[in-house]
Amino acid sequence: MSREDVLVSAAWSEENLNTPGVVFVEVDEDISAYDGGHIPGAVKIDWKNELQDPVRRDFVDREGFEKLLSAKGISNDDTVILYGGNNNWFAAYAYWYFKLYGHDAVKLLDGGRKKWELDGRPLDKEPVERAKTTYTAQEQNLALRAFRDEVVDSIGNKNLVDVRSPDEFSGKLLAPAHLPQEQAQRAGHIPSAINVPWSKAANEDGTFKSNEELAEIYGEAGFDGSRKTIAYCRIGERSSHTWFALHELLGHEDVKNYDGSWTEYGSLVGVPVELGSGKEA
Amino acid sequence: MSSSCGAPEQGADIQVGANEVVLTGKVRSEGGPVGGAFVRLLDASGEFTAEVVSSADGDFRFFAAPGTWTIRALHRSGNGQASVNAEGPGVHPVEVAVA
Repeated sequence: MSREDVLVSAAWSEENLNTPGVVFVEVDEDISAYDGGHIPGAVKIDWKNELQDPVRRDFVDREGFEKLLSAKGISNDDTVILYGGNNNWFAAYAYWYFKLYGHDAVKLLDGGRKKWELDGRPLDKEPVERAKTTYTAQEQNLALRAFRDEVVDSIGNKNLVDVRSPDEFSGKLLAPAHLPQEQAQRAGHIPSAINVPWSKAANEDGTFKSNEELAEIYGEAGFDGSRKTIAYCRIGERSSHTWFALHELLGHEDVKNYDGSWTEYGSLVGVPVELGSGKEA
Repeated sequence: MSSSCGAPEQGADIQVGANEVVLTGKVRSEGGPVGGAFVRLLDASGEFTAEVVSSADGDFRFFAAPGTWTIRALHRSGNGQASVNAEGPGVHPVEVAVA
């Protein structure tokens, strides 16, 4: 897979805002961002209220995903370009989610909203209406998604890539430093995990680093290309960003995202937890 | 508890816990406060730690740990950075100029 198959530049995007068959979708953790100005013609997906089951901790099911995309006016033949704030965290999460439900023609706008804004490209507040479609999703491709039992069984034999900040990894903090630290579960990381913060994969402007730089970063951290891989963070979105780097950009074949991540693992009774900076690579 | 990784509204009044280290301030340029800047918290080794977008009044805030931090702001009008030494819990003010 080449980089062009999974990423588009801001310049390409601006030239293709009106291209038939190309749909821009903004996915933010801050749902007010879209309303304050979005890429012209882009629709919004609310990761929390539209992609999560409202009761259980899980995703919307296949039927729910079909209803959602149909209502957004996205058809099976469309190429979906995802972008968002926070260095594309939630856009990468949505990308993984689209792949999980079998939508292959999906790409990330490299750098997301940040790159777009730093470039001074246009945003508008026009309401976007797209004609409804009849979207058909596939069953979840579980080759991309890890659950807790598999994670526990992977200790010491797969690459476990913890993409949180070093202070979260070591157990000093329970959440990223721009959030209040109020969670109650145990701090630390899964034994044998390597710590490669998601941000290592991104340049300052939010774009992804080159494949050469990425290969070096993960290699130096002790990533073993001959092993299967599971990426995790706190709730599964930062690790989607790293899943994208490892699976979509570097082309490692067996890479799963553990969306339960630390908020699940760190609350399990009886599982091993490691503190400190972990094993040296 | 917030299940989101989204930052709370920047600049809003907060209760600071007894052990929390809060770094807060404004992004400014010659023309006044700069809203919509991407404000990045870098640790003592220059490693990225967190990022928020400044409020319309230029405000930003981080929950950090004791130590020396660099706060770097990116905006289409220019970039800038400042450092702050947080010796212990409490609110540590810092201003960042972009040009």
